[in-house]
Parts: sequence; C-alpha cells; structure tokens
Amino acid sequence: MSHKRFLAWLLPALVTLAVAGTAMAADLATLVGNLAAGGYSERDAAITALAASGEARAAPVLEALSAGELYVRTADKVVVIARGSGKQLSLVDAVTGKEAGSASEDALDRIKVNNRLRGTIDAAMGALTLMNPDPKVRRAAAQSLFTRRDASSLEPLDKAIAGEKDAAIKRAMTEARAAIVLGTDAPAARKIEAIDTVRARGDRDALGVLLAAAASANAEVKAAAATAAESVRQRLDAWQAAQNVWYGISLGSVLLLAAIGLAITFGTMGVINMAHGEMVMLGAYTTFVVQQTLRSVAPQLNELSVIVALPIAFLVSGAVGVVIERTIIRFLYGRALDTLLATWGLSLVLQQAVRTIFGPTNREVSSPSWMSGSFLVGQIEVTYGRLWIVVFALLVFAALLLVLRRTPLGLYMRAVTQNRPMASAMGIRTPRVDALTFGLGSGIAGLAGVALSQIDNVSPNLGQGYIIDSFMVVVFGGVGNLFGTLLGATALGIVNKFLEPYAGAVLGKILVLVFIILFIQRRPRGLFAQKGRSVE
Amino acid sequence: MNAPRSTSALLYLSGVTVSFDGFKALNNLSLLVEPGEMRAIIGPNGAGKTTMMDVITGKTRPDSGEVVFDGTADLTKLDEADIATLGIGRKFQKPTVFENHTVRDNLLLALAGLRRWYRLLLAQPTKAEHDRLEHILDIVRLGPQQHMLAARLSHGQKQWLEIGMLLAQNPKLLLVDEPVAGMTDVETETTAQVLREVNKSHSVVVVEHDMSFVRALDVKVTVLHEGSMLAEGSLDQVSADPRVIEVYLGR
Amino acid sequence: MMTRFLWTGMGRNLRLFVLLVLTVGIAVPLLNVLMPQGSPLYVPSYVLQLMGKYLCYASLALAVDLVWGFCGILSLGHAAFFGLGGYCMGMYLMRQIGTRGVYGNPVLPDFMVFLNYKELPWFWYGFDQFWFAAAMVVLVPSLLALALGWFAFRSRVTGVYLSIITQAMTFALLLAFFRNDMGFGGNNGLTDFKDILGYSVQADATRAVLCFASALALALFLVISGAVVGSRFGKALTAVRDAESRMRFLGYRVEGFKLFVFVLSAAMAGIAGALYVPQVGIINPSEFAPGNSIEAVLWVAVGGRGTLVGPVIGAFLVNFAKTWLTGALPEVWLFALGALFIVVTLLLPKGIVGLWAQIKSRNLARKAVSA
Repeated sequence: MSHKRFLAWLLPALVTLAVAGTAMAADLATLVGNLAAGGYSERDAAITALAASGEARAAPVLEALSAGELYVRTADKVVVIARGSGKQLSLVDAVTGKEAGSASEDALDRIKVNNRLRGTIDAAMGALTLMNPDPKVRRAAAQSLFTRRDASSLEPLDKAIAGEKDAAIKRAMTEARAAIVLGTDAPAARKIEAIDTVRARGDRDALGVLLAAAASANAEVKAAAATAAESVRQRLDAWQAAQNVWYGISLGSVLLLAAIGLAITFGTMGVINMAHGEMVMLGAYTTFVVQQTLRSVAPQLNELSVIVALPIAFLVSGAVGVVIERTIIRFLYGRALDTLLATWGLSLVLQQAVRTIFGPTNREVSSPSWMSGSFLVGQIEVTYGRLWIVVFALLVFAALLLVLRRTPLGLYMRAVTQNRPMASAMGIRTPRVDALTFGLGSGIAGLAGVALSQIDNVSPNLGQGYIIDSFMVVVFGGVGNLFGTLLGATALGIVNKFLEPYAGAVLGKILVLVFIILFIQRRPRGLFAQKGRSVE
Repeated sequence: MNAPRSTSALLYLSGVTVSFDGFKALNNLSLLVEPGEMRAIIGPNGAGKTTMMDVITGKTRPDSGEVVFDGTADLTKLDEADIATLGIGRKFQKPTVFENHTVRDNLLLALAGLRRWYRLLLAQPTKAEHDRLEHILDIVRLGPQQHMLAARLSHGQKQWLEIGMLLAQNPKLLLVDEPVAGMTDVETETTAQVLREVNKSHSVVVVEHDMSFVRALDVKVTVLHEGSMLAEGSLDQVSADPRVIEVYLGR
Repeated sequence: MMTRFLWTGMGRNLRLFVLLVLTVGIAVPLLNVLMPQGSPLYVPSYVLQLMGKYLCYASLALAVDLVWGFCGILSLGHAAFFGLGGYCMGMYLMRQIGTRGVYGNPVLPDFMVFLNYKELPWFWYGFDQFWFAAAMVVLVPSLLALALGWFAFRSRVTGVYLSIITQAMTFALLLAFFRNDMGFGGNNGLTDFKDILGYSVQADATRAVLCFASALALALFLVISGAVVGSRFGKALTAVRDAESRMRFLGYRVEGFKLFVFVLSAAMAGIAGALYVPQVGIINPSEFAPGNSIEAVLWVAVGGRGTLVGPVIGAFLVNFAKTWLTGALPEVWLFALGALFIVVTLLLPKGIVGLWAQIKSRNLARKAVSA
C-alpha cells in the first residue's frame, strides 16, 4: 500500500471519527448532566441511560458517583470528579476526563446516592464493562454479572456476546446469561438449556445458581436443576479432595524434609537423636544469619539468600552433627535409651544457646519474590512457596538416594550398617563413617531448616514441633527404608489434611497420633518391615 | 491341610518354607525326630539351621508347611511361651543367661512349674524345688558357683549353665544351637558327655559345626543345604555322600 | 500372708530409708505447725510446700524407675499418668468451690459458665464425692496404662519404639487438654481451689497434712515396690529386662509381667499427681508436656536406675537444684539440665547410688588388700 493511498483512506476515517466523537460528547454531556438533576428516582433512570449509552466515560463517572466523588461545581454547574484530601480537592471534568483545576469542598455540590442507587450503579457497571476493550475487565464483568444475576443486564449481555471475540470470555458471558435466564420467567425449555450451561461451569457459584433454580415451581426445571446441582457438587467435592491432596503433599514434603535426616541417623545407624529437631532449627537460624549478612554486604543478592543459605546450613548443621557424634553418641552405641536421654539433654542445651544468642522471640526470615504468589490448576490453588518446598524435598530425597547408592560414602555406610566387624576388617574406618553418616543426617536436617524458615516461625522451639512427627514418619514408613519414609511422610500429610476439615487441626493431629500408635501395634516394624534374622 | 496330622514322631516338619524378602531361608524342609532320639544337624553357613530353630520355637512363622510336636500340637499356631510350656527348650548359639542373676536364680527361673506373673508374686521357695536345683547344679558341675552372678562365669560355664537351665525346664525336646562354639577341647569333651547324659531322659536336636564333636556324639546326622535336607544317616554315611562333599569342599 | 509378702521383700537399707522418709514426712509438717515463727526449729511454710512437692516428684520418679530400672521399659509418658491423677483431683477440688466461684454457679465451675456450658458434662458427674475422685485417681491412669500396655506389649513393641509411643501418648493428651471443648478448662486448666474435705487448701495445717500424706504415699510405694522387686516375680521381671526373648523361650508370658508393673507404676504416678495438685493449687495441660516426663526419667538416672532409693534421691537433688537455679540464674538452668542429661548418661550410668556402691566396694577391696 502506497503512502498516498493509505492517507487517502485514513483521512476520511479520521474525520468521521472526529465528527462522531463530538456528537457523542455532546450526548454524553446531557447524560452526565441528568445525573445531577432531579430526585433519586430520576437519577436512577439517568444512571441506566448513561450505562446503556455504551460510552467509555460512563464507567469512571458511575464509579465516582458510587464512591461519592461526583460533584457539581457551584460556579458553572459543570459536573466534576473531585479527589484528594484536605481543603483543596483536585478536579477532573466528568465528561471529557480532563483535569479541571482544584476547588475547596465549599465550592462544590456532591451528587448524593443512596444504597438503592448504588445497587443500580453496580448492575449498570457490570453491563457497561462488558464492552471494555480490556479483556480482563470484560471477564471480571461477566463474572460479576454471574453472581449478581440482574435481569436488566440481559440485553447488554446479549449485545456483548454477539460482539465478543475471545472464546473464554464469551463462554463466561454465556454462563452469566444462563444464570440470569434461570432467575427470569423464561420458558422451561430455555431454562433447562441454561441449566446445562451453568452445570458446565461447575464451580461453587454455579452450584449456588443451580440450588436456587432447584427451588423453581416448574417440576421439569426443578428436576433438571437438582440433578445438575448434584453433579456440580460431586465435581466440587472431587476438586476439594484434589486440593486436600495437594495440601497433604505439601505438608508431607515438610514432614519428609524433617524426617529424611532422621531416617539416616535412626534408620541406618539406629541412633535416636532427640536433638534432630534442633539441627533443623540451626538450619533455619543459619538462613536468618545469611539473609542479614547479605542484606548489609550484598543487598543485590537478597533474592538469592535462601539459595546461598542452603550449602551453609548443610555445613553448619552437619558440622554440629559430627561434633555431637564424636563427643557424645559414639560412647553410647548399643545403648539406645541412653542415647535418647543424652540427645534430649543436648536439645535443651542447643535451644537455650540459640535463645541466649538470638533472643526468645521469632526471627523474621523474608521470602524471595519467586517464592511468593500463587496460581490455579483447575480449581486447585497452588502457592509458589509450597510448590518449591515440594520440589526441594524431592530433590533432597533424590540426592540422598544418589549419595547412598553411587558414592563410596554410601557404600561404606551400607557396609557398616550391615556388618560392622566385617566392614572394619576390610579396612573401612568405621568411626569415620559413623561420624560422616551422622553428619549427613544432621546436614539434611539443616537443609530442612532452610525450607521451614520460609513457612514457619524461626524460633528456638522450631525443632520441637517436628521431632515427634518425624519419628512417626520414620517408624511408620519402616525403619531403614528411605522409600518407606517418602511414602510415610506423604501418607501422613494427606491423612492429616483430610482429617482436618472434619475434626479440626488439633483433633486431627491427635487422631493421626492415635492411628500411628495403633498402627505400630499392628506392624511394629513399619509399612515396609525388613524381615530376617538380622533385624533383632 | 485341616487338622494337623497326628504322627508317632516327637517332632515332625513337612514342606516348611520361610522366605525373607524373596530369599528362601528354608525351602520345603522336612524332618522327623523320634522320641528319645538325639539328632545332629550340620550344614554350611546360611543353610537354614538357625531359621529352622526359630520356626520350631515359634519365633518365626513359616510361609507354608507343617510343624507338629508330640503328635498333635501345631507349632505354627503357637507363640514362644506356649511352645516352651509344651516342652521344647532352646539353647542359643550365643550363651544367653541372665547375667545380673545368680547361677541359682537362673536355674530357679528356668525350673518347670510357675510361669504366671500373679502366681510368682506370692511364691515361696519349696523343698522340692530346692532338691531339684541341687540335683541340676550337680549335673552341670556348678555347685560351688551357685551364688555367683552369671556374668562372672567363664564362657564354658555359661554354656553349662544354659544346659542346666534347659534341664530345669524339663522339656521333652531340647534344641541346642552350637553348644561347643568357642570351647576348649576339654570343655567340648565334657559337653558331649553332658549331652549324652541328658539324652537318657530327653530327646535332643543339636546344631553344630564342629565335626569332632558330632563324631563324639555318635548319632544320626542330618545335612542341611540352602534350606532343604541334603542327606541323612550316620556321620560316616553322609561324609561319603558326594553331594555333601561338594557342598562342604566347594565347587 | 500380705504382711509377710511386704516385709520379706525389704532389705535392711530399704527399711531404714522408708523410716527416714516417714520421719521427714512427720517432722517437717509438725515443726511448721507447732513451732512459733521465731524459733530456730521453725520450718517456714514455703519449705513445707516445697517438701510436699518434692515428695510427690519422688513418688513419680519411683514409678518411672519401677518400669525402667526393673523392667527396661523407658516410659517417656509418665507425666501423663501423673497429670491424669492430678486432673481427677482437680475436678474434685473444682466441684468443692460451689457457689464461691466468680459466677456463683452451684454446679458449673467458672470456666464452664464462661464457655457457655448449659449443664455439667457427663464425665464430671460423681467428682463432687471424694471417694469417687479418689477411685478415679487410681483408675483413670491405670486404665490408660492397661490399654496402651496391652496393645504395645502384646505386639512386642519394645525399646525406643515404646518410648516414642509413650511420648506420642502424652503429646496427644497435651493437645487434647489444650482444647476448650474437652471440658477441662483448656489451657488455663483447673485452679482457684478453695478446700479439700472441708479444710481450706491455703491453711498451713492442711498443707502440713498433705505433706505428710505425700510422705506416707512415698513410703507405701517404697514398701510395695520393694516387695514386688524382692519377690520371685521381681527376679523374673529383671530377667525380662535383661533378656526378654530368653524368658519367652523359658515359657514365660512376658506381657503379663510388663503389664502388671506398668499399670502399678501408672497408678502410683496418678496418686502422686493427685497429692501434688492441692499443694500447688493448679493443674493445667502443660503437665503433659513431653519434657516433663523426660525430666522425671532424668531424676531416676541421676539417683540410680534399678534401685529403689535412687529415684527418691535423684528427684530431691535435681528439683532442689532446679528451685535454686531457676531463682538465682534462670538462664543457666536449661544449660545445667541439658548438661546433666549428657553427663549422667555418659559418666554415671548407674547414678549416685551406683557410684556410692562402687566407692564402697573399692574401699572394701582396699581394706582387704591392706589386711
């Protein structure tokens, strides 16, 4: 297309637009002016008329009216939108949308609205925004109409549906239309058609509409609505269950993180480390310290502080673990109950030490932006923070399996747990393997601490809340079996979340505890018991 | 497979299979022990000797097969305490005596009779018990050590104390697991004597590695291999069996 | 028969120790009540109260030792039995308040009025009678122990598994009693008691009697434990502790032995808790905290497990240290407590009594050498 031909085409178009624009503006001025005139009932009519005009300016004007920000300037009777605080309000011409200086409140007359008018405005707005060029606004409008189901919106809705190009928004509008139809006295056939449309939508709002329709006088409609409602309810229940499964997996991943280190120390070494929770706590405090340090040294790295904290937390908790093993636990091998008591004492010391250094109150650990926010999968809400923790737990699990199966340390560890004297005779330095194994378990607890610092209060008591749960997971899954731990954590997490709605969080927890106690009675060696002579 | 078959044998094992995580510790094992018999069981490591003991004493439940004691009692349905009360005594490979009790108390605890906790609360020592304890102390040659803590006995003395405890239990059948492991030659000799003495009034099953000891016992021998019976007969017969030689001397 | 049973079990040392407990239990209350305040022999009321508390702790320690030291069952949930006994007593004391409560309701305790209860929950019936409450003090902990033990011992849950189960049990109770709708006063628990059997719980004379009762209970528990441990049952019990499966192969039903001591021990802990509550004036869910149970285990470890005198000594020493340190240097206490756990398990596995015996036998040996 050449320039000339293009201009030849463009010019008349522009002219037409300009002319049309002025004509509309004039029209708009009258419509807006009507808002200021007469009593409430006239104003009501004016609102509907303005909304029906389909003007782009109608929406902001009506919004202002609803918010009590629409005024008439006493001096020239021009309708303005006035915003701001204090004596001088800044003004915007309601019709043109241009700035119109400022004025004190004394020089203005507010156009009053009551609740009934606000209702009218809301309904009108719904219809109005259906034409908005922004697809998000249109979608929101359709949604708001669906919930409000105002019969007067039927006409603009039909218009909007005809003009809508976006399939998803069009569907939303059709659904809104169907919902409205159900509230009118349309013939039964149309209503049943509408019921199908609403049923297809299948969310909680749809259920509400269908339940209302089920109260209909027409038997046919009533039956159709009832069946539709039932099917929607079933679908919602399924979504709810899916949501619970997700919550359960999320809780399970936290349990897994807390328990997986224990599965090493308790499961493969047979050491009951009651201070395991404190290793987690140390990891969380390491995160705090790393974050504080980065904030003052390299603020641009703040977003990555959690990642920086991971290896450091692993090393801190791991080193503490090695020290504990060398100074206390190695003297207590074969005396499980004494180990339990000594490590309990150790947990008290560690808690008190942290309390002395960092104070007894919660410490604030901030989340990076890539861990905040959420998205929807179907009707399941997934927060990024939880998602990352699930991913992280699985990564740690996989890494641990790799270490156990593919590295010399893993080989030595397995050799030592299976037959200590033989491993020792073959030249494996068993004390060093013990220390490293314990350090590995503790280090993983430190990693768990980094993750938990994102979702739990970082306080000296952080670890206490997890120790019993972690033991339950390890025992439930079967001692010495990592996959059992994975399954045990997930199962316990999900069971917990499914019990919560029926029994409340506390009672749910109690029920889970009782369940595990009973379970251990049935299968003292866990879900995946290792059988054989070596067990005892 | 309904009621356990009744048999004249004191101990009857038929088709017993036990597997641990896919590994068959016992594979279709059958064994007969007659009343009054002493039987030696030999076999290389991992042949299933200890697992067989576990099955007989109720510690391990077989996956399939029959275990019948004294003609009628189905041992697969009973627990350790029931089986012990029926009259099967067991001596472990590693001597397990009650180290914090005196020799005499060890025997007292083993003495046939009172087993229920509520009976023991008010039990007083009787003359009959006293006599029986003295008798057993004589047999196992521990009279002078009777007030010593069992922990302070020598290894051999602990083995004898355990045999004494078995006698005190007065079982119909004694299961003895490697009684001479770690013993001196003299102690081994004495142990063989003690067992032959015991065999006069009890049936005995001995599991042992030590061939000279088995030879000294001079009884019927069963060879286990990979969880099943490989050969049975006198020691000379089984040592001549080429399959036994292969198992013991390697491929 | 019964007296003979109780008497024969006791060695000479134990008889002397029981006498000592009784003497203290009589002397301290008497000196408080009879002596004038200025007298050098006067025992201040706070000492009397502390003594009563320590005596209850000592009974709890003895209960823990009976199962741990003599039967190898490390219970990390004995504070639960102690707490349940305490709650039973607390319920009786609540019912005694009657119209003297803030809301003046003759039947409902204050917290129920506050929580809009319309009527008394069924499990509060009968607690206005002392005999009923006293029976419950024994029955409730015993039945819990019976149920838990029956399941656990029959399915051969032993060692650390059992420890963790008992800890989970007390943790579950902690969570449960924190709930307001359990009907036990939520996290405030039961408090503001007025009188017991018609006597004011605040009065010195009542406290003196309660202190004496605690001493009497401890003495009785020592005698009973001594008899149980000294009988042939006791021999079997320690044999179960040392080699459980050996006992099974000897034909013993190990579960029965364990269950009996576990229930006996729970009942003792329950009574100790019931005597404790009127002396401290409050019972709340924090009594169920897992840490409490483990602290009781520490008393036993410090004093000497597997002895009857040890737990009593341990309970007195550790609690004296706690009272003194939490007053003088509160931040140091948890360090000290934690270190005590480690030191005792590493260096003093037989506790103070064991150390004493070791020193004595070494002296004897030295004498024998020099003679």
